[in-house]
Amino acid sequence: MLGQQLLNGIVLGATYALFATGFTLVFGVLRVIDLTYGVLVSVAGLLAWWLTAAGLPLIVALPLVCLACAMLAMALQTLLLSRLRRRAAPEMASLMVTLGAALTLYALLSSFAGPDIRRLSATLLPQNALEVIGLRVTVAQLLVLAAALAAVLALTFALRATRWGMAVRALAERPEAAKLVGIDTARLASMVAAVGGGLAGLAGALIALTSNAVQPYMGEALMLRGFVVVIAGGLGSIPGALAAGLALGLIEGLTAAYVDSELKEAVAFAILVIVLWTRPSGLFGQSAITRA
Amino acid sequence: MDDFMFTYGGTVDAVGVNALLGLAMYVVLAVGQLSVGQAAFMGLGAYGAGLVAVQTGLPMWLLLPVAVVVPVIVALAVGVPTLRLSGVHLAIATIGLGEVLRATYDNLDIVGGAMGLSGIAQPDPQIAGTLVIYGLLILLTVAFWRLAGTGVGRAMAAMRGDPMAARAIGIPIDRFGLVALCVSAAIAGVAGALEAWSSGTVSPNSYGFEPAVTILAYALLGGTATPLGPVLGAVVLTLLPEVLRPLSTATLDLRLVVDGLVIVAVVLFRPAGLMTLRLRRG
Repeated sequence: MLGQQLLNGIVLGATYALFATGFTLVFGVLRVIDLTYGVLVSVAGLLAWWLTAAGLPLIVALPLVCLACAMLAMALQTLLLSRLRRRAAPEMASLMVTLGAALTLYALLSSFAGPDIRRLSATLLPQNALEVIGLRVTVAQLLVLAAALAAVLALTFALRATRWGMAVRALAERPEAAKLVGIDTARLASMVAAVGGGLAGLAGALIALTSNAVQPYMGEALMLRGFVVVIAGGLGSIPGALAAGLALGLIEGLTAAYVDSELKEAVAFAILVIVLWTRPSGLFGQSAITRA
Repeated sequence: MDDFMFTYGGTVDAVGVNALLGLAMYVVLAVGQLSVGQAAFMGLGAYGAGLVAVQTGLPMWLLLPVAVVVPVIVALAVGVPTLRLSGVHLAIATIGLGEVLRATYDNLDIVGGAMGLSGIAQPDPQIAGTLVIYGLLILLTVAFWRLAGTGVGRAMAAMRGDPMAARAIGIPIDRFGLVALCVSAAIAGVAGALEAWSSGTVSPNSYGFEPAVTILAYALLGGTATPLGPVLGAVVLTLLPEVLRPLSTATLDLRLVVDGLVIVAVVLFRPAGLMTLRLRRG
């Protein structure tokens, strides 16, 4: 029984980690707390529902959702943030802009989609649960775990071992110097936004698949967890987001199983406040991106 | 006059309460910080005082101290660790605070769960509530206006202009930030309790993410150069939906669309009008 609870907690944590990876990447590189990130997750969930309801198989729908979210993120980045970056406005200005944009976009999204709670068709994935060392795990859960691990590993590899990653780290560390050595920082910034958007798309679609509750405000509901994960993992740290996401999922899962399922939000917020009091730079130390 | 108050009394009170919330936002922005927790503090004041009122039968006006103490304690718990960090930490923690409180009210039976609290004794006569709201609003506006000309006001201006330089000349910026946050929480808490008194009910959905961002829109629309700016911003953005109502549909809340666009437009296109926020570096 405990083993099953731990497994469910880890899967829940993997969705949080997946949600937080792109969010923390965008902060680490572009220094923006991007609150439109939750909107992208909602868009992804609704789009995944719409595409699969129209008959597309998951293997086709998933890349389309990621692509759409990447393009939307690039558009938002150009409209809202490029201007502020050019005049080197402080972090708070970009936070306020995305806060306002998120309010507008959620209102528009819920006007298009309506307030209904939708669920993705059960026929998309095999429903029979696999039996691994006595634990039941569904295909959807496996998919979430694999996607979270793959996203974090691929991103870490890209940032550490490719020329593109070197340019991104340069941009994160010294935007001015990066420009001086010939990096097209404006283009790179919009590419980073696109990668973040693609990750939001992947997260939104997979969360839609496991949570069975697709609605316009699903991204907003995840924002508190996203904050806890990025602060506890260290703002901008991608391995930190994975570790903190899994830890938060485990703690929430165990609280729900053994204490009270209605305490989940309170537990998440308590962790946020405790981390801010004791280890404000995050439990997992400094940012992997900015350390370079 | 009696007919007017009977028809529009609710709107008149809402304008006053929102203007108080605009002032609560002003206090924090005036020291160069961004808190998105004014709606959460408002909820703590409304629920704190409302719960005691329902349980004991005491009148709401007598319970306003509760509406000050509860939000201020929470503001300390969130503000002490975050104000020594970069500006985004306070913003993140206060957005998180709003989310967790909404979920808590929804699940807590003693405050009525998703139905909210009801049965709070309303002001009798109703105009008494309106007078308290506007009396407090005028008092605070004048007080903040006078404060700007004093040494404290100049220290606040220095902080929002350049916190590092302010610290270097000996202004205790962490303590100023914390006091500002607590004053803001107290004003928001009282505004929440006054609204609960005026309407007789408290609902968990009034204190979530959307109201929090809307309060920021009040302050940014009016500008924070003087305390009067956020008050005017609140008046305009509260009355605007009454005008826009014919354009809204069942699912489209035009008010939220406009509030969000106000923030985006002001930060992107009118940063000079918001010198107090230091949206332009150097």
